[in-house]
Amino acid sequence: MLQSLLLRASNSISLPLPNRHQLSPSPKPLSAWIDAAPSAGQSPSNYRSALPSLRCTAAGGGSELQPLQNQGMAAQDEKDPRIARISSSIRIIPDFPKKGILFQDITTLLLDTKAFKDTIDLFVDRYKGKNISVVAGIEARGFIFGPPIALAIGAKFVPLRKPKKLPGEVISEEYSLEYGKDVIEMHVGAVQAGERALVIDDLIATGGTLCAAIRLLERVGVHVVECACVIELPELKGRERLEDKPLFVLISG
Amino acid sequence: MFAAENGLKGDPRLQGISEAIRVVPGFPKPGIMFQDITPLFLDHKVFKDTVDIFVDRYRDMGISVVAGVEARGFMFGPSIALAIGAKFVPLRKPGKLPASVISEQYVLEYGTDCLEMHVGAVQPGERALVIDDLIATGGTLSAAIRLLERMGAEVVECACVIGLPEVKGQCRLRGKPLYILVEPRDIDCCQGM
Repeated sequence: MLQSLLLRASNSISLPLPNRHQLSPSPKPLSAWIDAAPSAGQSPSNYRSALPSLRCTAAGGGSELQPLQNQGMAAQDEKDPRIARISSSIRIIPDFPKKGILFQDITTLLLDTKAFKDTIDLFVDRYKGKNISVVAGIEARGFIFGPPIALAIGAKFVPLRKPKKLPGEVISEEYSLEYGKDVIEMHVGAVQAGERALVIDDLIATGGTLCAAIRLLERVGVHVVECACVIELPELKGRERLEDKPLFVLISG
Repeated sequence: MFAAENGLKGDPRLQGISEAIRVVPGFPKPGIMFQDITPLFLDHKVFKDTVDIFVDRYRDMGISVVAGVEARGFMFGPSIALAIGAKFVPLRKPGKLPASVISEQYVLEYGTDCLEMHVGAVQPGERALVIDDLIATGGTLSAAIRLLERMGAEVVECACVIGLPEVKGQCRLRGKPLYILVEPRDIDCCQGM
């Protein structure tokens, strides 16, 4: 019996099993995921000293100038007819990048021109006309979804990258992994204080990377309006890790 | 090969694109004048113009595949693919793509690197466009062309925003046409070192 990491389409039909691969008979517990959940008392370096350790948002919530309706939801809750096709276009690859993980492969979504267009349209429908001037995408799959959204809503696109990829002056934010740490970087001057931003990635697992992205933007005075992902893995509690920062996803596994 | 010689002479959009490129000296190592295209994405009009130029060129060419080279090719390719009704295929560094892949090695200044594509991403006979932000020696793009051809696709053209002097005068790469928007920027005196 497969664990609940398998995606389900909004009509509750299970995805067809990938016929190219053998499924792992008993996947490891969810702790096998790469991002670690925050543990009490941890205080990573490189955070502002005013921040409590591992807090997701730099500011204490702040006022929402133009709150989005239906904050923190999944599009499938509204049973948009486009969701079923998007969901079934995503391929699950067992044991990648390591044994026990069921990897959600969005490259097959990109091969389905209607599903890819619908994916972008669903985000654009939500964010157009909301005075969002920044779409920040997390390397590398956030680079696939972020720019088309930015173009359609009239925003700029800001890549958030692994260390040493961005030339010139950057600011860095460290975050925890299951074993060790990683760093995400943004160009100095890419964004201005007071701008309203989205953070985009293909998937949210534990939320560690998204939290780091939010902190990076908020450190320079940007208001992160919402995080947006194609897929959420709710068992990994990324939504809780984002605390008061809204999360919008198309598919919740 | 260059857009200005290929129907876009005097097009004001090209000047905006050129001016959006920032030169960063000494990155990733001393002696290199890195052509940074990230400021292009900060200017919505310039970003839109860039995509529009490529879309106008490719929309009626029967192209069903846009292959983008990791990672900056990912920033341009999908928008072009969406606009022309093509699928987007990411070409990635080793170990990133989760399913069965084919790999193509290519030569760097020191050593080699490798580019991968998912098996089954393209079908024989499909017409493909390869996208990257910049072409220098053409090593990466040559590997991209080989990957697509090994799966039986026909590479119609390679498209880049910037073309370095190494490719000036060459109209083709592995027999495939190149289409390039602008030449590299010189560092201005006021940018400093």
